[in-house]
Amino acid sequence: MKVPKVVDYNFHVRPILSDKCFACHGPDKLNQKGGLRLDTPEGAYAALEGHKEAYAIVKGSPEKSMAYLRIMTDDSTLMMPPPVSNLKLNEYEKKVIGKWIEQGAEYKPHWAFVKPESPTLPQVDMGEWTNNEIDYFILNKLEGIGLTPNPEADKARLLKRVSFDLTGLPPSLELQEAFINDDSEEAYEKVVDKLLSNKHYGEKMAVHWLDIARYADSHGYQDDGLRTMWPWRDWVIHAFNQNYSFDKFLTWQLAGDLLPEENIEATLATGFNRNHKITQEGGVIDEEYRVEYVTDRTNTLGKAFLGMTFECAKCHDHKYDPISQKNYFETFAFFDKVPEKGLYKIDRNFADPPLMKITSEMIDSLLTFINKKAEEPVEVMVMKDKPGIRDTYILGRGVYDAKGEVVTFGTPSAILPFDTMKFDQNRLGLSEWLLSEEHPLTSRVFVNRIWQEFFGKGIVKTTGDFGMQGDLPTHPQLLDWLATDFKSDWDIKRLIKTIVMSATYKQSSVTDKKKLSIDPENKYYARMSRSRFGAEMIRDMVFASSGLLNPEIGGPSVKPYQPDGLWEAAASGRGMLSIYDQDHGDALYRRGIYTFIKRTVPPPVMLTFDASSRDQCEVRRVTTSTPLQALIMLNDPTVLEGARVLAENLSSEDIADDNKVEKAFKLIVCRSPKPQEKELLISYLKEQKEHFTDHPELAEDFIKVGEYPAKEGRDSVQVAALMQVIHSIYNLEETITRS
Amino acid sequence: MDKEFLENRLNINRRHFLGKMALGLGSAAVGSLMLPDLFKGSAGGSADLPLGIKHFASKAKRIIMLTQNGAPSQLESFDYKPLLNKLYGQDLPESIRQGQRITGMTSKQDRLPLVGSKFGFKQYGQAGTWVSELFPNIAKMADDICVIKTMHTEAINHDPALTFFQTGAQVGNRPSMGAWLSYGLGSENENLPAYTVLLSKGKGNGQGVYSKLWSNGFLDSTHQGVQFSASEDPILYLNNPEGTSKQGRRKMLDHLSEMNQMGYEEFGDPEIQAKIKQYEMAFRMQTAVPEVTDLTNEPDHIIKMYGSDCLVPGTYASNCLLARKLSESGVRFVQLYHQGWDQHNNLGRDMPLQAKDVDRASAALIQDLKQRGLLDETLVIWGGEFGRTNYCQGELSENSYGRDHHPRCFSMWMAGGGVKAGITHGETDEFGYNIIKDPVHVHDLQATILHLMGLDHEKLTYKYLGRRFRLTDVHGHVVKNIIA
Repeated sequence: MKVPKVVDYNFHVRPILSDKCFACHGPDKLNQKGGLRLDTPEGAYAALEGHKEAYAIVKGSPEKSMAYLRIMTDDSTLMMPPPVSNLKLNEYEKKVIGKWIEQGAEYKPHWAFVKPESPTLPQVDMGEWTNNEIDYFILNKLEGIGLTPNPEADKARLLKRVSFDLTGLPPSLELQEAFINDDSEEAYEKVVDKLLSNKHYGEKMAVHWLDIARYADSHGYQDDGLRTMWPWRDWVIHAFNQNYSFDKFLTWQLAGDLLPEENIEATLATGFNRNHKITQEGGVIDEEYRVEYVTDRTNTLGKAFLGMTFECAKCHDHKYDPISQKNYFETFAFFDKVPEKGLYKIDRNFADPPLMKITSEMIDSLLTFINKKAEEPVEVMVMKDKPGIRDTYILGRGVYDAKGEVVTFGTPSAILPFDTMKFDQNRLGLSEWLLSEEHPLTSRVFVNRIWQEFFGKGIVKTTGDFGMQGDLPTHPQLLDWLATDFKSDWDIKRLIKTIVMSATYKQSSVTDKKKLSIDPENKYYARMSRSRFGAEMIRDMVFASSGLLNPEIGGPSVKPYQPDGLWEAAASGRGMLSIYDQDHGDALYRRGIYTFIKRTVPPPVMLTFDASSRDQCEVRRVTTSTPLQALIMLNDPTVLEGARVLAENLSSEDIADDNKVEKAFKLIVCRSPKPQEKELLISYLKEQKEHFTDHPELAEDFIKVGEYPAKEGRDSVQVAALMQVIHSIYNLEETITRS
Repeated sequence: MDKEFLENRLNINRRHFLGKMALGLGSAAVGSLMLPDLFKGSAGGSADLPLGIKHFASKAKRIIMLTQNGAPSQLESFDYKPLLNKLYGQDLPESIRQGQRITGMTSKQDRLPLVGSKFGFKQYGQAGTWVSELFPNIAKMADDICVIKTMHTEAINHDPALTFFQTGAQVGNRPSMGAWLSYGLGSENENLPAYTVLLSKGKGNGQGVYSKLWSNGFLDSTHQGVQFSASEDPILYLNNPEGTSKQGRRKMLDHLSEMNQMGYEEFGDPEIQAKIKQYEMAFRMQTAVPEVTDLTNEPDHIIKMYGSDCLVPGTYASNCLLARKLSESGVRFVQLYHQGWDQHNNLGRDMPLQAKDVDRASAALIQDLKQRGLLDETLVIWGGEFGRTNYCQGELSENSYGRDHHPRCFSMWMAGGGVKAGITHGETDEFGYNIIKDPVHVHDLQATILHLMGLDHEKLTYKYLGRRFRLTDVHGHVVKNIIA
């Protein structure tokens, strides 16, 4: 790597200092070796402890800067970082630091803690390519590195992409047909508007939010009994579908119980902070676990809304970021006033206090979006404060009974001080703080995650860490433009529409050697990234394309097919979830978001496809590619049943075999097969017909799969042969890829 | 350049060169096989961690961990305390308890009456290792095992204690030991996962297991433990659907590969090539896995050694035999859980049943590995998540007593894999309550296990959300005295 001409603290120096030096010379007061801190200019320029004339950093003079001399020395007793740390600076890093000191060793505030300002649009040469503001920022960088963006994706691919991105479902044949034949300028925008107002949009958006909120259907520790938080999940879907503004979405979840006027729906939304795991293990020490729950809420606030690794500051001052242990417990205090216990009686508790009982009357009048099936009320855990219930202490090393100094409400002032004259001293004040005009993080963190949902990775790749150790934004100005634009009305659908209308988003995902070698990670967006579907989407795709999908929204989670004995082998034998009681009928064909999540034994197919185990707040799923995934697509009865039912339906249609294959392909891959593909599939079908005609007993066995009733009068050889071909289409790489 | 940069380059390169992608063969290991240049000529020197390559030479290549889930009592197994029989029914002296916290199950008891083992102890082998009469077969292996009497932990309840043992932290979703080893060393067999998990249930009080115990945490999910069983579907979805022959499946895969290749030609995305390889590997696994998990071809003398239970799928004995086969085939880390050791009451009735489940097969596993010449390179670890109290929980009577959780000392044993054979490490006080010599914290054990596998626990790190995480957090010392 070449050392830049002008070395910038934020972009070149701080990542090195933070990663290699701050652990011992950073914000953690108790661990500043030799009394030296390098994260502030005051610390770096001051005389060294015990030396009046020696300085760690002397502006303009690397040769007089002790820090520089210590990193350059070969003497292992003096070398920094010391060999025992297992950290080492390479030549490039040493040169950067040297040059930075030479150029004046100027410190700058951390970019993420400076309030974003709306930047002016950069100049571009290829202006005709742009659709909106996003494209200017993207194109400007591309032109800088000599890459040209891809042309727009073909219509079928584009429709599949936007349909899955906005609803998690494939476009219907009618929509495919209409879009392909609509030559008007507004054809794409019409589709986008239609998808944004589709009732399944809320479900798609909710999946990511449930990961953040660590939503699950069981309590999570040892006996892992049933909990009924699903009405809260129904609320999330509703909130997205109604396009609640983000400020309302945030405020209700953090402090809906504290609004000036009592609001039942907003109180339900506070279930967000009760989704953490709760122990049911007899014999635990109550306070130890109560503190654990408050910890989880505090850490979740940090990760979900601030993009900060708060948890590091529970046991000691943060090693990299300006979050002191005191700051941690000041923030902790907001969540510490709940009248709750660490352990309630085990087994029959579906919701521990504080809770709300939702009755059918409430659903008829106020909470119409809740899909309650049973007569009895359903209990949901919510937040409630009892001011003065307890003092909040700094806990030594984070241990529940090592109480130190008493603290009041506060937040890390390096991010933004908590002005008690301005903000209420409770969770409502905390949400006001997050949403205040000066706040540097809230809006950036949220738009970055939305970007991640559409492009596969964030503008800041470490979506959960905007701190010193986090990645720098690839397009800082774009991030700030999006953040300030979003802040003007907090309109989530408008933000998403801006993204999907951009030329950047609409590009094809074709790549070539040049693009792969210059930009293998696709940091610069000279193409659209291809990415494998998430776990829920794969399931939904099979159901939607085969016609099995039960489009019902909300309600108690369901238990679809699962290999025998998984819960039983792992369960203690106590509680309602010791035995997997599989559902039947329509419930088997609900969307993936409704699959029951028992935390100690999460649905295996979902986990294999990288879904969150919902153990704690997750802001990003990784995507892996493993043979276990291939085995699922090849042998899971869910996929086979989809192939069987679609084969039955197509077999009974009065169309030629060619058309059957083509129709199946369009339903599943969302485009017409290419001539070669069609030819191959048709000859495969012919071959399979011969095979099953010779072995009718195998055909019978093959089409037995799944509980969905067999179509009356089906011809098993015809169905089996077509099913085999359809099953192959389900297994194509492109089928479960957003390309 | 530093390790993270290497990882990053590996990930990128993986997309280009996925020629040999294999299950559980992590990105790093793939890199080490295929991109040796990446590990050469980097400026970082020894501080770099070339994953897939050990930090130093070691004997152990594989681990079989026999977790006795629920915490077996050390006082009825390996830590002989005759004083407790003498002081039967007397209160635990405060000078011994020293204000130590106790669980919610006995904290409300009026008294904490001491109780000794109702089962006899004898010394075995050259070293005179104390073993109770409940484990006659393990006792016979006394000269092959290293008993640690001074394990101690921080948690006093099952869930946090098991999680701590496996992941180095009581809460949170960190990678488990097997995932770290898979990440650090990769797989020896490209048709099998590097990390497998086998579950069984005893007859005693069960505490359940949780998939987070074999979680990959923030590591790539190829390092996740894969659950195996000795059933028809040894791993989930392994078998072809009904009505599908192997030839039929082969044909399907050939068609798929051809069509996916067309996709590659259109998009140029290396992930498509990777997908084609994954399907081929899945196909190979369909043959390789049943070969390993089929126990029916084991000769009689082996069946006899493990006990006839080993032919009943899902038993501990069957899992031990399966563990040997998996390990022999190159699975890096085979993790067994046997549930039912939580003897809060009626220990006298339940513990012998539990011991009977595991004694013979545990001993057979050592013997079997030994006779195959595999014991030296296989580390076997036996033990629970904490110990049990020297005082009685609940009603104390001649025939019936129970023991609560005790984190301050408990016993484990290890065999093979570069561990000294025939020794006992550490001493507890006469009450079996506190450690008086050579304590071994869970983090120390983890550091030692990694060391035995050739890995430095301070260097096996993964940077996640800004922090370099380790299995041992920021603690742990290798227990040098038990290393051969």
